[in-house]
Amino acid sequence: MLNQKIMKNEDLQNIINGFGTDLEFSTEASEFLNVVVPKEQLHSVCSQLKSNPDLKFNYAFCITGMDWGKELGVIYHLESTELKHQLVVKVMTDDRENPTLDSVHDIWQTADFHELEVYDFFGIKFNNHPKLRRLFLTPDWDGFPLRKDYVDEANMIVK
Amino acid sequence: MTNQEVKNKIKTEEYFINMGPQHPAAHGVLRLLLTIDGEIIKNVEPDLGYIHRSIEKMCERDSYQQIVHLTDRMDYLSSNINNEAVCLTVEKALELEVSDRVKVIRTIISELTRLASHQLWWGVMGMDLGALTTYFYAFRDREMINDIFEETCGARLTMNYNIPGGLMFDIHPNFVQRTKDFITHFKTKLPEYDRLLTGNVIFEKRTKGVGILTKEDAISFGVSGPVARGSGFASDVRKHHPYSAYDRVDFKEILFTEGDTYSRYQVRMAEMWESMSIIEQLIDNIPEGAIQETTKAVIKLPKGEFYQRVETARGELGVYINSDGNKNPYRVKFRSPGFSNLSVLNHISKGVKIADLVATMASFDFVIPDIDR
Repeated sequence: MLNQKIMKNEDLQNIINGFGTDLEFSTEASEFLNVVVPKEQLHSVCSQLKSNPDLKFNYAFCITGMDWGKELGVIYHLESTELKHQLVVKVMTDDRENPTLDSVHDIWQTADFHELEVYDFFGIKFNNHPKLRRLFLTPDWDGFPLRKDYVDEANMIVK
Repeated sequence: MTNQEVKNKIKTEEYFINMGPQHPAAHGVLRLLLTIDGEIIKNVEPDLGYIHRSIEKMCERDSYQQIVHLTDRMDYLSSNINNEAVCLTVEKALELEVSDRVKVIRTIISELTRLASHQLWWGVMGMDLGALTTYFYAFRDREMINDIFEETCGARLTMNYNIPGGLMFDIHPNFVQRTKDFITHFKTKLPEYDRLLTGNVIFEKRTKGVGILTKEDAISFGVSGPVARGSGFASDVRKHHPYSAYDRVDFKEILFTEGDTYSRYQVRMAEMWESMSIIEQLIDNIPEGAIQETTKAVIKLPKGEFYQRVETARGELGVYINSDGNKNPYRVKFRSPGFSNLSVLNHISKGVKIADLVATMASFDFVIPDIDR
């Protein structure tokens, strides 16, 4: 493992840059290379991240729902189990009424469950998800608790 | 009528049954909605949230010292490792280097935690498969570890021994001797575990070839920990992304390739030997040094995103902290090993019998609060 050469962030960036248009890269305030993908291109970029022989991002070790205040979105932490490099993919949508993103469960199967979690807490709907439903909360739960504008006067103590 | 004609005439119908939320084999409040045809499982749909406390939302309200206390209540059998994960993330963000003494003590305690967790798993795995004796053997030995913890920090399970910047107290004067005594004791007891359960014919028949998970599926479903390593997926964070003192000890990453319930069992059994070896390498040479670095009373992390991976007894725990520079995090995400491991359960349970699902779940070693958070 020690003599294995892990690809530099610049090289990663050069390869990934060819996968789509308007990809924004950054390494600021993060230990990983971050790439923000426009939501229309999410599925095509992600499938290339997995299938490209120089990248092989086959292990999505963390999928996080996020509310940036204005936008809602998802953060994917990816790793290649073979080539050992890591990447963070971010996708966001500014539609808070009816946020919709593409599902990546056919690329990384664990996303099936994680997308349910994101839907449950942030209300982001995923196109092509096999069965989008409330996973933790009851089906009639009102609102999406991890959003920043969620209000629950009975159960939340706001300081 | 021939047998075939009879079979054609009799129609079976799929129906649903609830397994849980109060089921002894789930070790907690996990509800599985099973679609079954006779005794054959067609689909497993987990329904979660029976012990969901929204720890991630609570973290957004709390200070970084307070968050550590919440993580105990996720995977309570790996409580010290969870605490360590948050502390490491905060220390990474503050660029705070803790002393070697802290690193070594954290590693020893984490390995003791892993041993205690694997012991409990072994006890209840036997119990799930109808061998009640294992439970008492395991709890007898686990008690020694809990006593060490109690003497060290006052708590037996939810420890809170780690704080951002180090440890809450120094180790007890008896710690080294008692840990050594435990290792000596357990080295004679672990072969006893093997004699009691591992070679047992009934046990082997119920576990070999049951619940097979391939390596490709393990990676795609984000499976980690002993479950992944039973399928040949080298996922040990201690080995591939070393933290604390794991870079200075010599240990093997246990891999089995069969991917069945029995190989997951073997991984944990072998890991207990490795954990003991790690402790032995460290226990005599705990370096001198400060047990905590001074941090401000109100910790404010710089603006940015911080991620730390650790290996709990169940697999990879990830802590993601998004800070906007305030005393509370903007967003905290716990990537819990149980949640990702559960996502594969439906995939490997199709077509097996209900009793085999119980055996498979026992080998997954679910802790439900870890899944629900």
